[in-house]
Amino acid sequence: MPARAAEPFRFCSRLSLTVLTGAKAADLRELLEHLRAVPESVIYHHTHRFLQQHQHLVPEPPNDFAYWVTEILNDEEFGERLAAIDTVRFNSLEELRQALIASIEERLRNGCDSRPVPTGKEFHFMRAIRFSLLTEHEAWDLKGFSEGLRKVSISSLYLHIFEARLRPPLGINDFSYWFKTQLGETRLSEQVANLDPYTHTLEGLRGRILGFIDWRLKEGSHAAP
Amino acid sequence: MPRLEEYRALVGADTLEELYLLARPLRGRSVLHVNSTAVGGGVAEILSRMVPLLHELEIPTRWEVVKGGEDFYAVTKKFHNALHGDAQEVSPRDYQVYEDTLDQNLAQMDLGSDIVFIHDPQPAALVKKRQALKNRWLWRCHIDLSRPSPSVWEFLKPYVEQYDACAVSAPSFAQKLAIPQIMIPPSIDPLSDKNRELEPEQIAAILDRLHIPADKPLVTQVSRFDRLKDPLGVIAAFQKARAHVDARLLLVGGTADDDPEGAQVLQEVRQQAAGDPDILVLCLPPTSHLEINAIQRASAVIMQKSLREGFGLTVTEALWKGKPVIAGAAGGIPLQITHKFSGVLVHSVDGAAYWLKQLLSEPDFARRLGENGREHVRQNFLLTRHLRDALMLFHFAQDPSREMVRLG
Repeated sequence: MPARAAEPFRFCSRLSLTVLTGAKAADLRELLEHLRAVPESVIYHHTHRFLQQHQHLVPEPPNDFAYWVTEILNDEEFGERLAAIDTVRFNSLEELRQALIASIEERLRNGCDSRPVPTGKEFHFMRAIRFSLLTEHEAWDLKGFSEGLRKVSISSLYLHIFEARLRPPLGINDFSYWFKTQLGETRLSEQVANLDPYTHTLEGLRGRILGFIDWRLKEGSHAAP
Repeated sequence: MPRLEEYRALVGADTLEELYLLARPLRGRSVLHVNSTAVGGGVAEILSRMVPLLHELEIPTRWEVVKGGEDFYAVTKKFHNALHGDAQEVSPRDYQVYEDTLDQNLAQMDLGSDIVFIHDPQPAALVKKRQALKNRWLWRCHIDLSRPSPSVWEFLKPYVEQYDACAVSAPSFAQKLAIPQIMIPPSIDPLSDKNRELEPEQIAAILDRLHIPADKPLVTQVSRFDRLKDPLGVIAAFQKARAHVDARLLLVGGTADDDPEGAQVLQEVRQQAAGDPDILVLCLPPTSHLEINAIQRASAVIMQKSLREGFGLTVTEALWKGKPVIAGAAGGIPLQITHKFSGVLVHSVDGAAYWLKQLLSEPDFARRLGENGREHVRQNFLLTRHLRDALMLFHFAQDPSREMVRLG
């Protein structure tokens, strides 16, 4: 195990500013029409917002579309299916959009259209302006990583765990990638990659990852001559 | 005023670090806030806390108030009600009074800051000077714009579209506009006199001084005396619920400089409450922050039965104090309360009466609502989150075309 990485891990924070597009849907057909046309930043907002907010609510409502279909259209069955779309499985927002569209199209093909909701209950499309902030925390080894992870905000965890999967190298979170490529920590990398993010709050995720690292550090110290 | 470091224990070191990171590239850029009243109402309260913190982040910030006569405020109150969706008769002369007053303000005000942040419709037309100044202008609308009266909105819209961006409190307030609309919910300051922790002895002393008996559970609505806050509906709901529970209703309010209707509504409320020993009506000066804090903390249930609402900061205050809240499902209130999870949303006098009876009878359920509400406010509606959004908005205003902003 290399004691020190060639490249440090630099913790960043992700914040976002919400822009209201003015587009809104009163039924499933309108929802579909807008979903086809909106920019990816809209898909991002409505599928990732819940991961950053409501950190004390577990399980999280996985995306705004599922929430609206369930709570406002009162279509619990379809809401459940939209909720089951695994946001973090997709390697691009476009893939995620297509999965949402396919689900709604199938629902409409089966004749399950909805009546328009009353004024005030429409689905409002929003997009996110993303801010990436380089924090002062960086790590060259596991101990330093553990110290940094304790100090950074949950927005930083969110960025490195969830959003990392949407940019190259695709499909892997930043922590796992760094553990594997910089420290040769394959098992630790897999442990973090295998965490189901939906069953933890962000604080809970932080605790689990710190637990894995502490365990590895103890293991390492026992193995030392 | 508290310094940023004093928020560390409440919001965490990471939150403060994000504020410093966001502010660093903005150091030295000047900001001017303009609204219509220096005291009274949520906007003045937010600005009184926000302005010193921006200074502390080395962003020189001024705050000015538009000046106008009674006729101006009568017109802007009509605008306010009309934008909330109430039918109002606004005459050509009213529009002229508005324009003339703002022209007089334009002649006197220094609007040369890098970023000019205008709050609500009262000073909105100041933007006509923007072309000459070439600086960045932001319009903050704190009121519920979801169903604006068309005539007043058509008058204001051309002004609004001269701004670089506008900010609203809830998704349903978005309008078809040619400028970006940003969602920024307002906030409360957990360290202000209105929201900080108080000792039980302090609370008891304040209630004693205000002659509020503590012999029955207190049901309280804290609000301006304004028809859109439905104080008469609160009295009706309380009187219905009292058939089943013993409690005392407290209607606490005041009037703001820019609200000429307040005195009339207060009179109507007093008439309605007359002769009922279990209804107290308190008109407090706008600086009674500690008193409001103590009253909210002493209450068993807080009501905010608004028919229209901007965001409903009195709801935020009550939730932060861990109180069960019964509130009208209006404006930004549903963003704060998930029905039966972090409070109760109602649509009628009967609904309010039903839930009042329930919450007074089931204190354990009421306590859980309050606990969830406090946590929701901690995460989403404290001043530090608001300051963070304002800083991001300033970055956004510099180049609205960016989808991603990298700092550091």
